[in-house]
Amino acid sequence: MAVLVIASLAVPSFGTSRNFTFLVLDLMPIALVALTMTLIVVTGEIDLSVASTLGLTSSLMGWLWNNGLPIETIVPLCLVAGAILGACNGFLVTGLGLPSLAVTIGTLALYRGLAFVVLGDGAVADFPWNYTGWVTGTIGGGAVPNVLVVIVALALVSGVVLHATPFGRSLYAIGANAQAAHFSGIPVARTKFWLYVASGTIAGLAGVLWTLRYSSARADNGAGLELAVVAAVLLGGVSIFGGKGTLPGVLAGVVLLAALQNALRLQDVSGQALNVVTGALLVLSVLLPNLASSIRTTWHRRKLRQAAAH
Amino acid sequence: MAAIATAGPSRRTLDALVRIRELGIILALTVLVVFTAVNNPRFLSGQSIRDILLNSAILAVMAAGQAVVVITRNIDLSVGSVLGLSAFTVATMMSAIPGLPMAVALLAGIGVGAVAGVVNGVLVRFGGVPALVVTLGTLYMYRGVTYSWAGGQQVNADELPRHFLRFAGGSVLGIPWLVLIALVVVGGVSLIMRNYRVGRELYAVGSSPQAAELAGIRVARNLLGAFTVSGALAGLAGVLFAARFGTVDAAAGTGYELNVVAAVVVGGVAVFGGSGTVWGAGLGALLLTVIGSALAVLDINQFWQQAIVGALIILAICADRLVAVRIARSLTKRDSHV
Repeated sequence: MAVLVIASLAVPSFGTSRNFTFLVLDLMPIALVALTMTLIVVTGEIDLSVASTLGLTSSLMGWLWNNGLPIETIVPLCLVAGAILGACNGFLVTGLGLPSLAVTIGTLALYRGLAFVVLGDGAVADFPWNYTGWVTGTIGGGAVPNVLVVIVALALVSGVVLHATPFGRSLYAIGANAQAAHFSGIPVARTKFWLYVASGTIAGLAGVLWTLRYSSARADNGAGLELAVVAAVLLGGVSIFGGKGTLPGVLAGVVLLAALQNALRLQDVSGQALNVVTGALLVLSVLLPNLASSIRTTWHRRKLRQAAAH
Repeated sequence: MAAIATAGPSRRTLDALVRIRELGIILALTVLVVFTAVNNPRFLSGQSIRDILLNSAILAVMAAGQAVVVITRNIDLSVGSVLGLSAFTVATMMSAIPGLPMAVALLAGIGVGAVAGVVNGVLVRFGGVPALVVTLGTLYMYRGVTYSWAGGQQVNADELPRHFLRFAGGSVLGIPWLVLIALVVVGGVSLIMRNYRVGRELYAVGSSPQAAELAGIRVARNLLGAFTVSGALAGLAGVLFAARFGTVDAAAGTGYELNVVAAVVVGGVAVFGGSGTVWGAGLGALLLTVIGSALAVLDINQFWQQAIVGALIILAICADRLVAVRIARSLTKRDSHV
């Protein structure tokens, strides 16, 4: 919150409604993918292949469009493709019991490679105006972008699932201790499998929206996005070891990350200096809680020792 | 085949051979080379082999360092950015002071890398932060530092002193310097990991950090050392990169971390830590480079390369898992007889 206030005071054009529209459009892919990433990280797993899934969906969209399919058919096909890619991850992680970090580093390379195989290094750009216009457009021509509705709706769904259903509680149980969760009757493998399917589907949706927003289907769309998503999720207070974290926290992390980048860009800070900031934020966001807790422990121990001495 | 029929020493040799983890990758490498050479004999020409060896040298040096880190059950994703930082530092330095000898360039690159590695190690060990997150963060940071320093500039080959560029082309007894360095690094680190106490301690840390701690192994110091080695070797790779390609900008080595991790995993180093060898990682680097060249020689779309790398990583993890499951099963079976 503090960053938002400081940014809008210090950077004149930050608080304008026009900038708000751009801000939402910029954070859209990160926000969408972060929703399912939160659920996965809460169970103690990770999905690094999301950005490559986004790229492959985008390539697929361009290829299908080049082959003359109507966009009304392409979009559902792309979502199904995303779900299948997610299911592959889910099968490798739960069916074969492989570590998710290694698996999704593998599919990160595999899916991105397939994206280039599908579309090469060219671009497909001539998507119908009424679709691209809807993605970049705003509600009634105001400041609220249409895609914000999509983000809010999906955020509500995942928020309710995570925080208000037995299913959501079971995710925390799995993250805290997968074996204990298994013995208390939670279908651990099946749950994780469907989380990966959801993650793939959402990454597919992000791929479709990304393509329509820039009106450009490219194999390298979204490259490196997985880092920003993981940064936002950890920034939002989700523990990389699983079992901890909230969805509102993650959304705050997404907004913080996007607002910071946006404000720095308005101040003409180069795009690459942003990388230093993102990286530093990522390290700090995990370092600070640990430092705080270790300081607290030392302080507590000292107090106990003093009490014992008296 | 005769070896199976005759019992005794030769049988034992065969058993030992089958148990070598790296056998699969050696077989894959042989099949690939033979298949490609049959389809296009040009693949085995002197120039082609030289190119493959030079390209795999840089990757193998980085993979040796990464293997050490992965054996301790960690990961270093920042190596590509460290290579970029080191390459740009050394290139800038050499173009500013052309008189500097090659040894100074090598030391400077290694030094830059070692500092970056120490930062990673300190954050991982004393911050209590998982290596994946730390090195993901420093991947961004080191690359960002290089970009803000270099801006859009690049150092071109004609600004670099002759002797620096000649280093990449030069050779001793017909073996290029780069390949020689890679052999020394992979061989040396393998030897240390296999035969010396510090190496065995690193394996112990990777097998079970808690058990290692209880056994009196200084886990913190070992981890710090592993990350420093990985950083220093990525720094060395940066110098080799600058000498080989001559043109260095801030993007040098972007995305290399994926190939390095792939080389290590394909080379049979388990991501759970505690097993695998450094020379296996070196072989993994060679295999990946050979695949790249074979695709080009066989006239297959270059875009397949990354997809194949990804598929290879997944295959390697699956194979590793299969071996682990079989060992676990054979151990329980043996227990039931007792």
